[in-house]
Amino acid sequence: MPNQESRDNPAFRMSRRKMMKGAAAVLGALALPEREAPASVWESFFQKHFREMSKPELEKVLARLEKEYSEKYRKAVKVRATPPVEGVLYGYGLDLSRCIGCRRCVYACVQENNPSRDPQIHYIRVLQLNKERGVDLEDAEHYYNPSKVPEKGHFYMPVQCHQCENPPCTKVCPVQATWKERDGIVVVDYNWCIGCRYCMAACPYGARHFNWKKPGLPAAEMNPETHYLGNRPRPVGVVEKCTYCIQRVRNTPGRYTACVEICPVGARKFGNLLDPESEIRYIIENKRVFILKEDLNTRPKFYYFYAT
Amino acid sequence: MPMKMIWGFFKGTLTLVAKGSRAYYAWVSCLLVLIGIGVLAYIYQMENGLIVTAMRDQVSWGFYISNFTFLVGVAAAAVLLVIPAYVYHWKPIKEIAVLGEMLAVSAMVMCLLFVTVDIGRPDRFWHLIPKVGLLNFPQSMLAWDVVVLNIYLVLNLTISVFILYNLYHKREPNKAFTTPLLLFSIPAAVSIHTVTAFLYNGLAARPFWNASILAPRFLASAFCSGPAFMIILFQVIRKYTRIEIRNEAIFKVAELIAYSMFINLFLLGAEVFKEYYSGTVHLAPLQYLLQGLKGHSDLVPYIWTAMIFNVSAFFLFLVPQTRENYVTLNIGCVLVFIGVYIEKGMGLVIPGQVPDTLGEIYEYAPTGIELLVTLGIWATGLLVYTLLLRVAVPILTGEFFVGEDGRTAVIVDTEFIRRADHLAEQSYRD
Repeated sequence: MPNQESRDNPAFRMSRRKMMKGAAAVLGALALPEREAPASVWESFFQKHFREMSKPELEKVLARLEKEYSEKYRKAVKVRATPPVEGVLYGYGLDLSRCIGCRRCVYACVQENNPSRDPQIHYIRVLQLNKERGVDLEDAEHYYNPSKVPEKGHFYMPVQCHQCENPPCTKVCPVQATWKERDGIVVVDYNWCIGCRYCMAACPYGARHFNWKKPGLPAAEMNPETHYLGNRPRPVGVVEKCTYCIQRVRNTPGRYTACVEICPVGARKFGNLLDPESEIRYIIENKRVFILKEDLNTRPKFYYFYAT
Repeated sequence: MPMKMIWGFFKGTLTLVAKGSRAYYAWVSCLLVLIGIGVLAYIYQMENGLIVTAMRDQVSWGFYISNFTFLVGVAAAAVLLVIPAYVYHWKPIKEIAVLGEMLAVSAMVMCLLFVTVDIGRPDRFWHLIPKVGLLNFPQSMLAWDVVVLNIYLVLNLTISVFILYNLYHKREPNKAFTTPLLLFSIPAAVSIHTVTAFLYNGLAARPFWNASILAPRFLASAFCSGPAFMIILFQVIRKYTRIEIRNEAIFKVAELIAYSMFINLFLLGAEVFKEYYSGTVHLAPLQYLLQGLKGHSDLVPYIWTAMIFNVSAFFLFLVPQTRENYVTLNIGCVLVFIGVYIEKGMGLVIPGQVPDTLGEIYEYAPTGIELLVTLGIWATGLLVYTLLLRVAVPILTGEFFVGEDGRTAVIVDTEFIRRADHLAEQSYRD
């Protein structure tokens, strides 16, 4: 939570409160959505931007969300807002010579991150490419479905959020609902996003996904260990994306992302770019590495490499 | 005292818009029905989410944003009238420039509605209000667009209401107030188009939009579609109301369309040449638009229709004989309006996203719900314009003015839409 101290000044807060009171009076005349308790509806309507909340305000919001989710999914749901670990900048390596295109990462990610099952939202898209054509996206097969992978003459390239150092998606957001955290993870405040989808137009990697419908997440499949900026349940009409499993990697001791953990061939590597001893640094310094769409100057922290 | 005068004017306008001929009532009811249908469709969309549209992650902007983009262009109609009227003091247009400003107001209302129905969380609109929410200004081009569109709306509304209010009081509008605003409305009109073009232009991820020629093309085509609409409208207005609009004003506007269309076609040609001759991977979206790509060719018949329409209209407006013949002139106007609607709407928005950034092709075509909501918004725009005209026309013809006491409004025109041949027989007595 950067800028927590430099939040709004009292005058600013006063004017907001006044304004909101007026707005509340107007909107009060309108019908409230049924089912939900009116108090929490208003609280979520007037909820501030994540980075503008003071610590007590944030704690109140987290408690409200935990209560709401726990009731909805009938289990004890934790919503944390663990801040970035100092001195860490996350980097990801993907070994194209190893990936077999089994899509286990796709489904491990779904299990971990609570995206909608109906309609399906996948943070990882595995592309099947021809060895003769190389990395040619126009030639990519997105929906390959043979009984056995890898198929002869093909190689596989998983694409997910590249957590750019120079992210085009955050720049375009009209309400600052998405930003890059100090540890390099690009996050979305699902309670602030207005759903204009400008960030989806701006992303060169197809990494952003929209909740076109109220997310279908069965209670039994809901992962109760969540982060406010990560895998907590999403409302309809907002954008979401891969956060390098922010709910796992920021913990102490941290945990690998779900996709790294599941990969059966060890094609996925993850670590701290600021640590000279890390595996990801070794790969960047010693292997043949490339980044996708380098010419766009997005400076991804997602490195494709060939180990063999 | 001024408060009472303004209140009198306001009350008068309310009485005025409620009065009219049978044709007026029929037209307004028809629009209200369409608006009602649009509202129902929108409620359905709100309850089910944007899944009821054909938009998906691959093509995340569709018909709504296409209409929005086109209508930003239509709003330019105003400035094409303001320049000859107030910069060159060309009298025939000066008398009717206010009609163009009101068209800009209506187009802006439609633009804002199209953005509203497109966003996933309209309940969070207040996040866009500076100081209350967190408008990402000046970083986000969408934030710029919110600012300039609202300025343009308020500007045109202020100018037209101020002019009409003064004419209602039978006095010349104060030039010290109107002239700076009118002059400012020229760069403001340019700014709404430029900013809307930059909204697309700034995205390096979308090569089809990421071309510097986009903003100039936007301006050129904007100066075609809006004025084409105005020309038809001028004829309707002078036929059914007492307003007189001279032929030379209409022909001058048509001539300006010819020049704008030439520039538009030239810039388009430059773009097509560059993409096809260099033949890089960035050619794919243009191929999808003009020829179809890998068996996907939904847009191809539309864009060629637009091309044929635009080129034909260019020649119709270029040749004085066809420009000054009302049959060919009106055909030209319809061709331009449809041609630009396709080219600046779906023809611009969709190919930017097909193929998508990872090479996938998703063919987008709007659903019934999208069509109904869109219809509702167009009806809303037409209703806004009709009501504005309902007040403006009698003021301009001197049939709605302030009474002797300086407060109560006098309404002479109780019909508004009436046949031209009846006009001569009508007297001012009723």
